[in-house]
Amino acid sequence: MFRSINNNQGELITIYFEGRALNVPKDHNVATALLEAGISSFRQTALNNESRGPYCMMGVCFDCLININGLDNQQSCTIQVSDGMKIRRQVINTSGKNE
Amino acid sequence: MNNFDTIVIGGGLIGASVAYGLSRSGQRVAMFDEGDNAIRAARGNFGLIWVQGKGVNSPAYAAWTRKSAQQWPDFSKELTELTGIDLAFEQNGGFDFCLNNDEYTSRQALMEKMAADSSGEFSFEMLNNHELKKILPEVGPSVTGASFSKLDGHINPLLLLKALHKAFKQLGGMVLSEAVVDLNYADKTFKVNTNSQTHESGKVVLAAGFSNKTLAPKVGLSVPVYPQRGEILVTEKIKPFLRHPTGLVRQTHEGGLMLGDSHEDVGFDEGTNMNEIQQIAKRAIAIFPCLENVKMIRAWGSLRVLTKDGLPIYDHSNSCPGAYAFSSHSGVTLSTVHALDIASCIARDDLLPSSLTCFSAKRFDV
Amino acid sequence: MNSTEYDIIIIGAGPAGMSAAALADHHKASVLILDENCAPGGQIYRAIEKNQKGDNEWLGQSHQEGLPLVEAFRRSRVNYQHSTKVWHLSSAKVVHYSVNGKSHSAQGKQILVATGAQERPFPLLGWTLNGVMSAGAAQILLKESGVVCEDAVFVGTGPLLYLIAHQYISAGIPIKAIIDTTPRGNYLRALRYSFGALKNAKSILQGWCWKREIIKSGTLYISNIGDVRINGSDSVASVEYCQKGKWKNLNCKHVFLHQGVAPELNTSLSAGCDKSWNERQACWTIDVDQYGQSSVEGISVAGDASSIAGGVAAAQRGSIAALNMLYTLNLISSSDREALSKPFKKKLSKEMNARPFIDALFKPHLRYRVPQDSRTIVCRCEEVTLAQIKESINVGCKGPSQLKSFTRCGMGPCQGRLCGLSVTEILTKELGVREEQVGYYNIRPPIKPVTLAELASLDGS
Repeated sequence: MFRSINNNQGELITIYFEGRALNVPKDHNVATALLEAGISSFRQTALNNESRGPYCMMGVCFDCLININGLDNQQSCTIQVSDGMKIRRQVINTSGKNE
Repeated sequence: MNNFDTIVIGGGLIGASVAYGLSRSGQRVAMFDEGDNAIRAARGNFGLIWVQGKGVNSPAYAAWTRKSAQQWPDFSKELTELTGIDLAFEQNGGFDFCLNNDEYTSRQALMEKMAADSSGEFSFEMLNNHELKKILPEVGPSVTGASFSKLDGHINPLLLLKALHKAFKQLGGMVLSEAVVDLNYADKTFKVNTNSQTHESGKVVLAAGFSNKTLAPKVGLSVPVYPQRGEILVTEKIKPFLRHPTGLVRQTHEGGLMLGDSHEDVGFDEGTNMNEIQQIAKRAIAIFPCLENVKMIRAWGSLRVLTKDGLPIYDHSNSCPGAYAFSSHSGVTLSTVHALDIASCIARDDLLPSSLTCFSAKRFDV
Repeated sequence: MNSTEYDIIIIGAGPAGMSAAALADHHKASVLILDENCAPGGQIYRAIEKNQKGDNEWLGQSHQEGLPLVEAFRRSRVNYQHSTKVWHLSSAKVVHYSVNGKSHSAQGKQILVATGAQERPFPLLGWTLNGVMSAGAAQILLKESGVVCEDAVFVGTGPLLYLIAHQYISAGIPIKAIIDTTPRGNYLRALRYSFGALKNAKSILQGWCWKREIIKSGTLYISNIGDVRINGSDSVASVEYCQKGKWKNLNCKHVFLHQGVAPELNTSLSAGCDKSWNERQACWTIDVDQYGQSSVEGISVAGDASSIAGGVAAAQRGSIAALNMLYTLNLISSSDREALSKPFKKKLSKEMNARPFIDALFKPHLRYRVPQDSRTIVCRCEEVTLAQIKESINVGCKGPSQLKSFTRCGMGPCQGRLCGLSVTEILTKELGVREEQVGYYNIRPPIKPVTLAELASLDGS
């Protein structure tokens, strides 16, 4: 389980994941905020429908892609949370088969 | 020393189609393919099986294109059954957009001419913005309309190339990854030299893109071609929204978009140009405004092999019987006629059919 | 907007970039420095200003080495653009970058690529499962946000792995186990270089102390192992490792992986810089001269972005590159360049003394660089397995470019960053040739994904 080691997390704001309200520190990035809330599956892969979540946390791996405010493919480890942000698990289901 | 019925020089879409077709007809075939970083037109292929607009001024080319497109469903099935590779083939009709009234009226005239020249085999529809939106709701307001042809389709060009190679090998074909340094003809035998070996055959097919230019004269042929750069942008995967191929945007089976229709004369420069990329992005957003937040993940330039009149070259040699040279920038669309019609003709030791005489490079001699 | 011109454009505000920027500014060069993070420091000194206040003893002393660099950087008058993605660097020294969803371009007379390192891919069965992250990610979570993960298993080798484990232990965070994959033979191989290493005993000793304290803390420490794999359906259920020919199972929910770091290649390669295979570090390194000048005129590469030597060395290499660029710009004389770079070269050479030892000790075993199980996903983005790569090689694939064509391997948004090194080594092994013959992906723009709207609204390019 991910948790904060700081006793005082500073100012909290509210974001929504799949409609569920989460109070998170305002300077967290989206990936960190979700991990701390116990969410590990950020998206489903387009080809094999595998569940994926953050891997590198430094903007390199693109596995933390998620739907933010209606837009797919948002790199959640590089985007700071903002009050009222609506986040959804990303599902891009193509008919593609990875031969 | 190796002996083959036919040696195909070039392992791109044309060479691999012909080589596959030849081994399919029971020939012993070797195909020369260059290394990892060869100039490959296939890499820049958009994956369209495209009929509309092709051969407006050459009914023979239009007919040849149409024939190939009609053969695609069976050909795709055959390759998939043989190799297990799903080519992501789809032939449900393609759209070509018009961004103003002038474009729309001149497109309509072109399409009407094509239909008139086709003795009833080519049909099309013109759709205005309103009609278009019923099929493609995402089309933006700056699109005047589009032409539609039901013979148009699309495929994954790279998987097609892979499938052709795989099928060729499965049927006993041999791939040689060496550069051809010389070619000559004597005593009814072609000798193909690489740095380390000489290979012999009774027939030779030149399908080596730009290298055809230097190889062809060695067997009494000429292939006057020049490079034209096309740039392609590829985006991240997005939810499927575009089932039909279009002249500018194509959504692949995997979900990514391919964008691009640029034409530049830049010699052998496979690089990219920021202005061109910008123009392609602008046009894509004009047609589908919903794409503005979609990200490009890759852009590349690749070279089309073009002739002065834009038509292909199909030639056989009179001085060196058994030598053939082919050049075309429609490697996907014409793959079926290359593998089926052209290859079986070569397998029978025939000259090319008279319907292709007009594509001899002799047309440039005047 | 027309391109703004600068004497020097620096990409990356880690130790190399910050040092170069401050020095170039001091000698009156106009400097633009572009960085992805929201604050200077790079990955090694990430969030260093934020963590300066408060009691963060767990960060350790090495983190504090970065503070003077950041302070000097903050005092300079350079144009510092944070939270910025550089998505194009041309050989003509034009840079395109994106800030807040808007793209800009700038022309540099000189360019310094100081984009640092990234973790080497560690492709093993199950590494795409939820709950598996890199050790670097664990460290970023800790430094940037004060977030930790209890009862995780750390798997791999390299200084960063010990560092993060040591930081966890110092902060009182329980670790389920550390599976140390350092090959036994490496200790012997490294001994050969111990004389050089003694000249920089401090850095070696520090690593030693971390490891000793980890063992002393009573954390389960497993070493001398063979293959490793991670089990689970969507999320991690357990780690399995092979010890003395027997598979052993360790239940857990979180795994952090690490097999050392390798240069960030995409920026330099997209500008056309030459590279070479570095057998000692088992990765590609960018060819540079003693001043960091690459094969492309006017483009220098400094710090871990050219070859791995660590943060302290990066700061020296950044300074030396800056002095050379200043000389090229006629802002200092050649004798000034030599005189001023002396102290940096001296410190650099001390750092480099320990390098052969560290490289030999932490060189990952081939089995962790080239996956063993054919079901292993190699390209995470396009979900390409080792089996698919092997099948393409059978069809006649000779290199990374054809592999891309045949399998889409390396074609996804990470642009080969998480599979490129593995692909070079897989092809090398399967084709029985050298790494140089196989080569690497052709890196094309954009270096990072950019929206069509941003591309469409570019002007003056």
